[in-house]
Amino acid sequence: MPGPSRPRLAVWKFASCDGCQLTMLDCEDELLPIADRVEIANFHEASSAVGDGPYDISLVEGSITVPEDAARIREIRAQSRFLVTIGACATSGGIQALRNFADVEEFRRVVYARPEYLRTLATSTPIAAHVPVDAELRGCPIHKAQLLELLGAILSGRRPNLPADSVCIECKRRGNVCVLVARGTPCLGPVTHAGCGAICPAFHRGCYGCFGPSEAPVPDALLPKLEALGMRPEELERFFQTFNAAAPAFRAASESVRNRRGPP
Amino acid sequence: MTPSVVGDRRTLLRSDFPQFLRALWNGGYRVVGPTVRDGAIVLGELREEADLPIGWTERQEAGTYRLAPREDAALFGFTTGPHSWKKYLFPPRERLWTAEAEGSSFRVVPEPSDPVPYAFLGMRACDLAALQITDRVFDRAVADPGYHGRRARALRIAVVCGHAAPTCFCVSMGTGPGVGRDHDLKLTELLDGGPHRFLVEIGSSVGAAVLDRVPTRPAASADPTAAEQVVARTAAGMGRHLDPTGVRDLLLGHPDHPRWTVVAARCLGCTNCTMACPTCFCSTTEEIPDLYGDRSEKWRRWDSCFNLEFSHLHGHPVRPSGRSRYRQWLTHKLASWHDQFGSSGCVGCGRCITWCPVQIDLTEEVRAMQADPDAVQTTGAPP
Repeated sequence: MPGPSRPRLAVWKFASCDGCQLTMLDCEDELLPIADRVEIANFHEASSAVGDGPYDISLVEGSITVPEDAARIREIRAQSRFLVTIGACATSGGIQALRNFADVEEFRRVVYARPEYLRTLATSTPIAAHVPVDAELRGCPIHKAQLLELLGAILSGRRPNLPADSVCIECKRRGNVCVLVARGTPCLGPVTHAGCGAICPAFHRGCYGCFGPSEAPVPDALLPKLEALGMRPEELERFFQTFNAAAPAFRAASESVRNRRGPP
Repeated sequence: MTPSVVGDRRTLLRSDFPQFLRALWNGGYRVVGPTVRDGAIVLGELREEADLPIGWTERQEAGTYRLAPREDAALFGFTTGPHSWKKYLFPPRERLWTAEAEGSSFRVVPEPSDPVPYAFLGMRACDLAALQITDRVFDRAVADPGYHGRRARALRIAVVCGHAAPTCFCVSMGTGPGVGRDHDLKLTELLDGGPHRFLVEIGSSVGAAVLDRVPTRPAASADPTAAEQVVARTAAGMGRHLDPTGVRDLLLGHPDHPRWTVVAARCLGCTNCTMACPTCFCSTTEEIPDLYGDRSEKWRRWDSCFNLEFSHLHGHPVRPSGRSRYRQWLTHKLASWHDQFGSSGCVGCGRCITWCPVQIDLTEEVRAMQADPDAVQTTGAPP
């Protein structure tokens, strides 16, 4: 980084649960070196002392669900040298993107006593649908090792090492036994982006795809296997409609199941 | 007692097996072998006899594996599992060296070699064949000090398979089920015709030295015959078959065969076949620097030709389609491996068949191409 001062870091929240930002604070052992190498200029979860922009690094959590945020993300982009999206909401629209498959007007009427007080968009969209993004960290929540790798890469001016291959390869490196093959447990690992370290299969659970699609996912090849394991069409559809429901490959998979089984 | 020599055949009673293990531990070995974990027979460190899968076996077929109890208390009554021995010699993640800043330059701190030798207990014929292959792989372009350091001191204790899995085809590949000479000790578990016992055949002086610390007796004349019958029975039970005749030319000569498109439509590209394969050796390296830029670790980790990024050269992946990646894997394994390393890359262990979540079976793929080698794609252009 040029100049005598430390790079200035900002953390921003859009429609999200704060879990990804908290991963920053979860970097307990590394927190002091981080604070030493960057100036944490704007991070409401950490400090009420907020410094004005511009910022060298902006970490953006959450998706765009209201008109104000569609404008706010443009201002943040304009003030940021590197803009990095963190987590499933910011990278694919998050669990709240389930609205993209439904009628938001109906939700408003059913849920709120005075729906006219509520101004919302019909869809939940990732940050990259609104502004150019320099890098993205996947996951619900993100993995702290990937956050540190990303910050280190920006600080040293190199490309971050964020493999986009499948959870399977992390699972095998860890020595896990495949839950699909040895237990018949439905698992999205073969189509899901690596980065979590294969946590769920290590505890005999199937991957539920919280890192979203891998670099070259083939959900169509996985569907027959999941059906053979006894998943009903509505379960299959839901399997692909969680934290990354609107990620194109997962969306295509759930829609192909829905189209095959017809309207509910 | 006269010391044993290479070629000796001795009988080890099952009841003395704990003493065999003790001889390995006391000999300073880190004993690794089969053990039950996570619903499968995996490879792990053995610290007591009970760590062995006593009385366990497995049922496996393409895309499915289930642990199952045996009706007897055999110690090695199973075939292959999800792990292979490569994980010890070529670890999934390995730090190669560390760089430390020194003024305006840096110095390289080499990785110390692992001081404890392995005893690999329970290598099958296909595993030993795979070991010979990886020995050549890691010795070609640049000798790998980590691999060779661990390999040179590893004790290879072979166990002859008492049966074949439905996914086994070592007979086709000429690698088993009989164990040749490339071992330190060879065990055949004998469950019938007398007490539960092992015929032990000595393959090296190191093996002889270990066995001399264990109570054994010269093999009764019936035991070698019984051991030959075990091999014959296992050979007769092969669940899969692959005719390797002409496979090299068949695969290399038909890069546009429609079967590549058919299999690519089924393939997840998940890398499981390459991870389970005992000879797949692709890796990548990564730098892990600290936040200050004063210190950086160089790590190597398993990678796979099924990953898009793996073929990323000068700006884009040169194997962009799943079809081109599956074809790369199979043609390398069964064809160009001959040119590169002087043998097939496949030992017929069947792991890639069992551990493919979607049941892709390379023997079936080869057979389909053999049946109709000059088939032409009728719809759509190959990617």
